[in-house]
Amino acid sequence: MKTFKFDWLVLPLIGVAAVLILWQVSCATWAHDLPTPAKTWESSKPYVMEPFAKRGEMDQGILRFTWYSLILVAKGYALALIIGTPIGFFLGLSKTFTKIFDPLIQVLRPVSPLAWLPLGLVLFTSAGKNASELGALFTIAICSMWPTVMNTAVGVRAIPQDYLNVAKVLKLSRSKTLFKVLIPATLPYMFTGFRLSLGIAWLVIVAAEMLTGRPGVGGFLWQEYNALIYEHIILCIVTIGVVGFILDRLMSVVERKFKTA
Amino acid sequence: MAYLELNNVSKDFGGTPVLKDINLSVEKGEFVAIVGFSGAGKTTLISLIAGLLKPSSGFIKLNDLEITEPGPDRGIVFQNYSLLPWLSVFENILLAVEAVNPNWSADKCSGHVEKYIAMVNLTPARDKKPGELSGGMRQRVSVARALAMEPQILLLDEPLSALDALTRATLQDEISRIRSETNKTVLLITNDPDEGIYLADRIIPLTAGPNATLGPSFKIEIPRPRDRKSINHDGHFKQLRREIVEFMLGSKSERHTAITRKLILPDIEPEDLNVPRTMTAWRKTPIRKHEQKEESVEVEP
Repeated sequence: MKTFKFDWLVLPLIGVAAVLILWQVSCATWAHDLPTPAKTWESSKPYVMEPFAKRGEMDQGILRFTWYSLILVAKGYALALIIGTPIGFFLGLSKTFTKIFDPLIQVLRPVSPLAWLPLGLVLFTSAGKNASELGALFTIAICSMWPTVMNTAVGVRAIPQDYLNVAKVLKLSRSKTLFKVLIPATLPYMFTGFRLSLGIAWLVIVAAEMLTGRPGVGGFLWQEYNALIYEHIILCIVTIGVVGFILDRLMSVVERKFKTA
Repeated sequence: MAYLELNNVSKDFGGTPVLKDINLSVEKGEFVAIVGFSGAGKTTLISLIAGLLKPSSGFIKLNDLEITEPGPDRGIVFQNYSLLPWLSVFENILLAVEAVNPNWSADKCSGHVEKYIAMVNLTPARDKKPGELSGGMRQRVSVARALAMEPQILLLDEPLSALDALTRATLQDEISRIRSETNKTVLLITNDPDEGIYLADRIIPLTAGPNATLGPSFKIEIPRPRDRKSINHDGHFKQLRREIVEFMLGSKSERHTAITRKLILPDIEPEDLNVPRTMTAWRKTPIRKHEQKEESVEVEP
């Protein structure tokens, strides 16, 4: 019990303390515009203590902002899964499909969200008021799709021949083969892809909100930078990090459930 | 007319044939064992009959219909069980039963599944996943699945070779019992001559590969039910085993492997100065007559 607390509580706290000291020292020596930890806490207090307050469009509690961001991420992420999983299946099942689209995917995969967003905005200019949301969704979907696509394709290719033989001998119909054999056999790989995709979707949100100026953690961060309130930048960074960590943990719990099955 | 018929079947994967000129006929209700070395092409043979592979030449007929694709009329028990790990024992068999009988009611299907689970003595484990079962139990599930499809012929591809000796003996008795209850036509592929003789009506050795082919068929005239303990002292059993083992070892030692290798002989002859020298960097022909030679070497294994 003692070692448990030491390992899981004391040691990480030492790490946090070390960073805080480094931060304090940096403020005092060379980074004069960087707010000190104490000042950051002072300034962030209203946002943290009243996390759901709404004082204005760009002046809301931090959890309210987080909620906006999460909703946008959820939509974009859902879109990525809905598009990415079937593409992954086709890549895994058909050699011709792979030869046609794999080079394209390899080229598009490393493109940064910052590069996609302007294209997204251009694509949806006809949507008027909704253009920024649709553009952001497009960016999140297209950036976070690739891990799902690649992992699903690998998973489908890795299905043991034995399972396919069973399907062949039983003469299962196409849909039965898909739902009873292919999908269950690929699930562990798919969930690894889903988890990586969620990480990227959350990464993209900040960029998308910054450029579109939507209310959310990322938008708040950029607005406070322009308003010279640097304390809130740090608050946003910490929030983004913690939320991303929690999302990853949740996904890995789900993933583990499917791995044992 | 034989029930299962293989006529001059050969199979190659783009090189030396694995199987060559396989001729086999199995009568309805007969239990035939094929015994062969590992790597001889036993699994290839059963995959051909199952329709998972197509023969390079020759044809295979079951009940006078040529086999062109896999189908549920041939129940297969694979060496590695091939159960779907995300389905329980019941669901694995149900999947097969539903696929074979699409217009059965749900009640009829599950009753059918229960019957075959009971036949292999697995009722207590019906809701377990394959991962929670021992190797012997998994193979029973696989046997139950194959039987539940009510196939015309049961193909057993080394079903017991991954099991320990004691489990193997139990499952051999079980296969023997099930077969006497159902009177199915069975083709057993094995690497153990004793197993083949103990279970089958007829045993045929498969010579060592490549170019493996079936040897003479040995009729096993040991009355059923056979007793594992007394069979070891049965003169007919001993003689059969000796003949089969001798045949198989004999087929192996007849085999030669020919390899071709390039020999580079030392420069002994002087250069032929009458041949005009060209200035090109790459010579088209050797200047000396016997610079290179090829030799074929026969190697006894």
